[in-house]
Amino acid sequence: MLAMEYRGPKRVRAVQKPMPEIKHPQDAIVRVLRACICGSDLHLYNGNIPDTRVGSTFGHEFVGEIVEVGTEVTKVKVGDRVIVPFNVSCGECHFCKQEMYGNCQESNTESGAIGGIYGYSHTAGGFNGGQAEYARVPYANVGPVIIPADMDLDDAVMLTDVIPTGYQGAEMAGIQEGDTVVVFGAGPIGITAARCAWLFGAGRVIIIDKQEYRLDFARNYAYCEAYNFEEIGDPVMFIKKITDFMGADCVIDAVGAEAEGNTLQTITGRKLLLQAGSATALHWAINAVKKGGVVSIVGVYGPTDNLIPIGNAMNKGLTIRGNQTSVKRLLPRLIKHVQDGVLDPKGLITHRLPLEEVADGYRMFSNKLDNCIKTVLMPPTANQ
Amino acid sequence: MKDNAINTPIDPKTIKGWGIDADPKNDPTYPMRKRMNADEDPDSKSRPDNLQPVDEEVLKSVERKNVSAVFGTPEPPRGLSGMIRRQAYKYPENQYKRWLPLVLADRVDVVENIVTDLAHGKLPNIWAEKGYDMEWKYNRTAFVTKMATIGAVTAGLVVWLSSGKKNKKSKYVKKDYLSRF
Repeated sequence: MLAMEYRGPKRVRAVQKPMPEIKHPQDAIVRVLRACICGSDLHLYNGNIPDTRVGSTFGHEFVGEIVEVGTEVTKVKVGDRVIVPFNVSCGECHFCKQEMYGNCQESNTESGAIGGIYGYSHTAGGFNGGQAEYARVPYANVGPVIIPADMDLDDAVMLTDVIPTGYQGAEMAGIQEGDTVVVFGAGPIGITAARCAWLFGAGRVIIIDKQEYRLDFARNYAYCEAYNFEEIGDPVMFIKKITDFMGADCVIDAVGAEAEGNTLQTITGRKLLLQAGSATALHWAINAVKKGGVVSIVGVYGPTDNLIPIGNAMNKGLTIRGNQTSVKRLLPRLIKHVQDGVLDPKGLITHRLPLEEVADGYRMFSNKLDNCIKTVLMPPTANQ
Repeated sequence: MKDNAINTPIDPKTIKGWGIDADPKNDPTYPMRKRMNADEDPDSKSRPDNLQPVDEEVLKSVERKNVSAVFGTPEPPRGLSGMIRRQAYKYPENQYKRWLPLVLADRVDVVENIVTDLAHGKLPNIWAEKGYDMEWKYNRTAFVTKMATIGAVTAGLVVWLSSGKKNKKSKYVKKDYLSRF
């Protein structure tokens, strides 16, 4: 089968690889119909996540059709078209039973901190991802959700990660009616978080980024204010000034390890890998939120340390919340939001490429070429 | 052992006043976590009945009790990078000795694979793998400028380093210390 293959930092290609096999009675094999490149895939692409082995296939955002099931699979059958949440979750462990599907204890041997994630290095369990024609889906009784008959596949693939993660970013921010919410990062997750902030009753939503085309997109898609941090000066001071020097009620970090805007963070975090990525957005978030406010982290960082003003967080009495998204928990509500027209997932898609051109897709997304917001990869088998 | 005496587990319910001010609604993890009292689910630490057979090398975090019920199988550790990875996995995840060797192993892995490709007569198509077609199409001026700068700096370094060697050689005058004897 054709699959994306990692060759080293900023080097990927599409190659023929062996078909995935059933390894466990609850496994299923899925024929991939759509796969996306996620912003967090760029951390792998740039070589910033430890134990990313050459030969791996990325891709944790994919939907597909079940083509084979293990002997214990009862909830889905061959021919079903399914949304595959990016988390691999058993549904039986201490954490899954509390709907913490992003923190499963039985899906990642290689780390005690992280649950299994498709196509996200051996640090996240060593599973191959869905940027391929076929993918192995463990715990098929738990993760996959059948795509409603009236749902567009483009909407469905956006429900595997980006929409739930943006939604959970807003949810974790504890937004109260009338709150001022600031989102750092106008990528797909940040734009979604900004749009979802309204669903929780925000009174004002502000998004900060440096790419004008993304800020324009956010203004139109998420109905929010959007500012370029290269034009407003210090973003923390800017937020203080526009909130009567109180700070925002809630701040969402939707950037993570690839943040720009602070030379020290960029050099130590992204170039020298002395930190687990550049923590510029998190630094700004802690300083820009008001005393007693909430910082919600959905941006992805590596497993080591980061330079952040933890003293300010303590002195200000902040609540800092973060987690990998519990996609399975959120899907029923989000599917309904899509069906009711409250959310428009496929409106985020700007590019569609054949899987054969995966290297071009990564380059385009990574370097923000051609006003790229979200790229969907189409495997050759998608139209069979 | 004094430390063991200090760390003897205690049933918190035996502590006077334990839980009297508990307020389940003041739970910062909600709604990420569905609240569940332990007595509602006595079997809360269960795991799937069937376990994926471990028929190839899987590196296990020392912070885990066991191999997870399922795991990914691609790209088992191999070569020098595999040796480094095996060493790294001997340390807990809170130590740099765990993570920095893995970053090193990732880089070694890249070199090993290039060597393997070359040994099999495959020349990596760096232009295609790096997606430079997109740069050429959408960002040509900046891309050409960047490449020209890298080329010029590299050429300059090569010239400087090679001329340095020549200068050193030319400045070096061999003295015949033995001639006076």
